[in-house]
Amino acid sequence: MAKIEILINGRQTGTAARTLEALVKDHAAGDLRVATALNGHFVPVARRATTPIEAGDSVEIVSARQGG
Amino acid sequence: MNIRDQGLHAPKALSLYGTAVESRLLLGTAGYPSPAILEDAVKASGASVVTVSLRREAAGGKIGERFLDLIRDLNVLVLPNTAGCRTAREAITTAQMARELFETDWVKLEVIGNDDTLQPDVFGLVEAATALTADGFKVFPYTTEDLSVAERLQRAGCEVIMPWAAPIGSGRGLANVSALRSLRAYFPDVKLIIDAGIGAPSHAAMAMELGYDAVLLNTAVAKAANPVAMADAFALSIKAGRLGFEAGLMPARDMAVPSTPVAGTPFFDID
Repeated sequence: MAKIEILINGRQTGTAARTLEALVKDHAAGDLRVATALNGHFVPVARRATTPIEAGDSVEIVSARQGG
Repeated sequence: MNIRDQGLHAPKALSLYGTAVESRLLLGTAGYPSPAILEDAVKASGASVVTVSLRREAAGGKIGERFLDLIRDLNVLVLPNTAGCRTAREAITTAQMARELFETDWVKLEVIGNDDTLQPDVFGLVEAATALTADGFKVFPYTTEDLSVAERLQRAGCEVIMPWAAPIGSGRGLANVSALRSLRAYFPDVKLIIDAGIGAPSHAAMAMELGYDAVLLNTAVAKAANPVAMADAFALSIKAGRLGFEAGLMPARDMAVPSTPVAGTPFFDID
């Protein structure tokens, strides 16, 4: 499938993924626990498979970190 | 057995949003020399609650996985923050992501208004607190000592309010003691937690002596020459300050009052 250009964590990236679930699988190898947002809005795990990715989208993929 | 276990009095139990919390010290997890030292410091602190955050996952990274496992092994409650968020919208989305990842509806809400002071954007803070409370979150807002803002936060549904002592990471202690006193007096039933700016155990003890319910700190422990010993020191000071508050501090006076009885003083001439 042709690649489309999107932003992943602020970086311009080409991807063949067309759903958020596919994108997460490409980006975070294996079954890493991550949370996602699409164009500034939270997308829960259960909705990733049915959330389409389109050219120009901005996706955040985050994981747990130390914090104050 | 350490000295803490030998005390005859234990401070009253603390409850945050209906959850019993054993320690009145909430500890941040950032900036420690190593994960092992973080682990030992949390144990030494006796903290029942630690703060955590979310950051962008690098492709294929395992950092988040390792950290989640470490936190789970510590067997403490986690309080995810929205550190670095600059708008209510960013903070709300971050809180929603944190709720899913850390499996908790607690959130330390930060909406930052200024890069140099890291002071809260209190307008965005109230906006985000209102939206998150409506969405079922239990919000712990990081705010200034401003009473009117605290009132708005309480009206938004916050049962806990966390005023700063001084800017994050500054270690300056309680910069505005009189305002913090007013806040405590004005909100006797709100859980007030000092968050940010604590540099020394004495600062934390003073916050507790003012009647604050708990203290949240990070840098003072993480950046100490010996973080584990400092965690222990803060645990002691917070317990001491709280016990002092509960025991009832004597009022301060401008002039001396002799503590030894005056009656019967030898060589005392009665006029």
